[in-house]
Amino acid sequence: MTDILNALALMSNYVFVPGLAYGSQLALGALGVTLIYSILRFSNFAHGDTMAFGAMLTILATWWFQSMGISAGPLPTALLALPVGIAGTVLFVLATDRLVYRYYRKVKAASIVTMMASVGVMFVMNGVVRVVIGPGEQRFADGERFIIKAREFKEMTGLAEGISLRTTQAITVVVALIVVALLFWFLQKSRTGKAMRAYADNEDLALLSGINPDKVVMVAWIIAATLATIAGTLYGLDKSFKPFTYFQLLLPIFAAAIVGGIGNPLGAVAGGFIIAFSEMGFTYAYKRFVGYIGPDGWVPEGLLQLLSTDYKFAVSFVILVLVLLVRPTGIFKGKVL
Amino acid sequence: MKNVILFALMGLALVAAGEYQSWAFSLTILNLCLISAVMALGVNIQWGYAGIFNVGIMGFAALGGAAAVLVNAAPVPEAWAAGGVGILASGVALLAVIGLIVLIRRKTSGQLRRYATIIAVIGGFFAIRLVYDPAVEAIESIDPAKTGFLGGLGLPIIFSWAVGGLFAAGGAWVVGKVALGLRSDYLAIATLGISEIIIAVLKNEDWLTRGVKNVSTLQPAVPTAIELQNAPWFQDLAAWFNTDVIPASGIFVKLSYAVLFTIVLLLILWLSEKALKSPWGRMMRAIRDNRDAAQAMGKDVTRRHLQTFIIGSAVVGIAGAMLTTMDAQFTPGTYNPLRFTFLIWVMVIVGGSGNNWGSILGGFLIWFVWIEAERFGPIVMELVTSGMDPESPLRINLMDSAAHLRLFLMGAILLIVLRFSPRGLIPEK
Repeated sequence: MTDILNALALMSNYVFVPGLAYGSQLALGALGVTLIYSILRFSNFAHGDTMAFGAMLTILATWWFQSMGISAGPLPTALLALPVGIAGTVLFVLATDRLVYRYYRKVKAASIVTMMASVGVMFVMNGVVRVVIGPGEQRFADGERFIIKAREFKEMTGLAEGISLRTTQAITVVVALIVVALLFWFLQKSRTGKAMRAYADNEDLALLSGINPDKVVMVAWIIAATLATIAGTLYGLDKSFKPFTYFQLLLPIFAAAIVGGIGNPLGAVAGGFIIAFSEMGFTYAYKRFVGYIGPDGWVPEGLLQLLSTDYKFAVSFVILVLVLLVRPTGIFKGKVL
Repeated sequence: MKNVILFALMGLALVAAGEYQSWAFSLTILNLCLISAVMALGVNIQWGYAGIFNVGIMGFAALGGAAAVLVNAAPVPEAWAAGGVGILASGVALLAVIGLIVLIRRKTSGQLRRYATIIAVIGGFFAIRLVYDPAVEAIESIDPAKTGFLGGLGLPIIFSWAVGGLFAAGGAWVVGKVALGLRSDYLAIATLGISEIIIAVLKNEDWLTRGVKNVSTLQPAVPTAIELQNAPWFQDLAAWFNTDVIPASGIFVKLSYAVLFTIVLLLILWLSEKALKSPWGRMMRAIRDNRDAAQAMGKDVTRRHLQTFIIGSAVVGIAGAMLTTMDAQFTPGTYNPLRFTFLIWVMVIVGGSGNNWGSILGGFLIWFVWIEAERFGPIVMELVTSGMDPESPLRINLMDSAAHLRLFLMGAILLIVLRFSPRGLIPEK
């Protein structure tokens, strides 16, 4: 019995808890991608760098707050700085829409051309982030580091394996829950949200019924920028901030959006968790886990790792390809936004 | 006429870099311009001829680089003795599993087919690992500081250019089979993913290319500067030109590469132009411009797309092998999608998609700007921040990261060209 509990604790500590946090971050990112896709109808390659940009502004605001002695007590100061980061990112993203994307909307350019333009925006944002904060790694998490330490958990339960819960992980999940709930409420109940769903479903019909397309597009960008900043900041708090890793998040984020069914917010959330848990599950070394649940005293020789951690991209990719081949509309098909 | 002037201006810029900075520097830029132009030609075949949006250029270039290692590195007999059989056996096992899966897919149907495939995939994975893991461990334990890999064939590195093309073509066949039926957005994501996986494999499979430990023992394709300095004929040549032997040898090496690369570039350009003007080229453009109409005329669109994707990727692979040849080392850690994928896209778009000459000009121009911007970034930043206190942390920070301004510049160039001149510098006829 203790062995099984130990095995469960081990899995929670190394797969379930980190997967939950990572999945929330991916879900928030994928929501932004899916929203832009359903309203503006192109895959936004700049989304990863929007996350980096938002996180950068939040970090700068965090440092500023810290220099003034403002802190959030046990919580990271970055949470207080988040509104500043969001406001700045929203302004920047609206400026890119005004300067870049609006033209392609007006001439009704093919989605591939708009996608190419988003590559240009990606370069620009990448350059801005690296010039302002540099290409190196930044750590900006402060406050209490742990809610439960592994040692305390062991003492409390008497198990050999501990579960540690970092503050950033808990915050990530809680914030993601709140944000997703708010977003779904907004899309389902508010007038603007309904207009957005109508616009995503059928542009011509929506225009005919008097929906203002400029407003819909603007709100979509504002939401996407907000989601990107929150996702980027949470990822940076949980791991660390490095511009290049945000670019690399693009692949799992797109995989999450497509696996769930692009254009479907529920799918984006589900996709985020599917990708996160698969990545964790496939790259975890099951040696100790099998040691606990296997026969007494038997410990396997190898690490029992299905794939080396460096192949985590391969996991998201394989899931992506499988879904595209078996069910191209994603898991939650039928509904569009 | 306009095109001749554009190329002349480009040449002038390189000469100016040689005159005012240094000739060695200018020739280094020229060589990378030539390689970039070959890559841009490859991408232009995919995008300009067929409208395929491939964001996995980095992966195919890296496959070319891996070919340079596998062709040129000295073989390691101890490693072959330790794990060669195991690796070959796992290769055979992999083929057997794939064969089994194909057989299952052909012979069964319905639920049985699905479950049998899943069981075959999972069972095959563990069966292969059973032979593969010990073999890899054995190979990587052979003198890991120096070798720890199987080594290559020990052939002259120039052969790797063709092999690199073949590797990339093989990779493209697999990717194309899976992804080319998809819509353009999905294809873009799929190719982006594939290129990351190729890099991950090259970084981690130490038995194959030493991974992040790099291979720096490649034999150059042309005589090295040291060899030249000791060669009597070169000393005579330098004396005849009335220059010092040491700088002259460096220049000579770079010039030799430039000649080799130019030959490859012209060959590929000639073939591309031939193809573009042939019935095949007209068919490709017809497919690109109106897929449905071309299909109605009986053209096999998916097959043509696969063909173009393979040819274009092969050209990128050749360029990747050339790059590794010039560096005389293979460093998987340096492959970065911004530099190896998206920068090439900027070249194609700026040069003029669909036009081979345009791609070459784009390759030259963008590489030149990319390198020079790194040099001029700090100078511009110096001017911008000249009003500030030289000790202020903001100014120091900005000066430190000024070189990254070039990313901003590239984005701005791409956006401006896309917006105001979407057909590029030398538009398609």
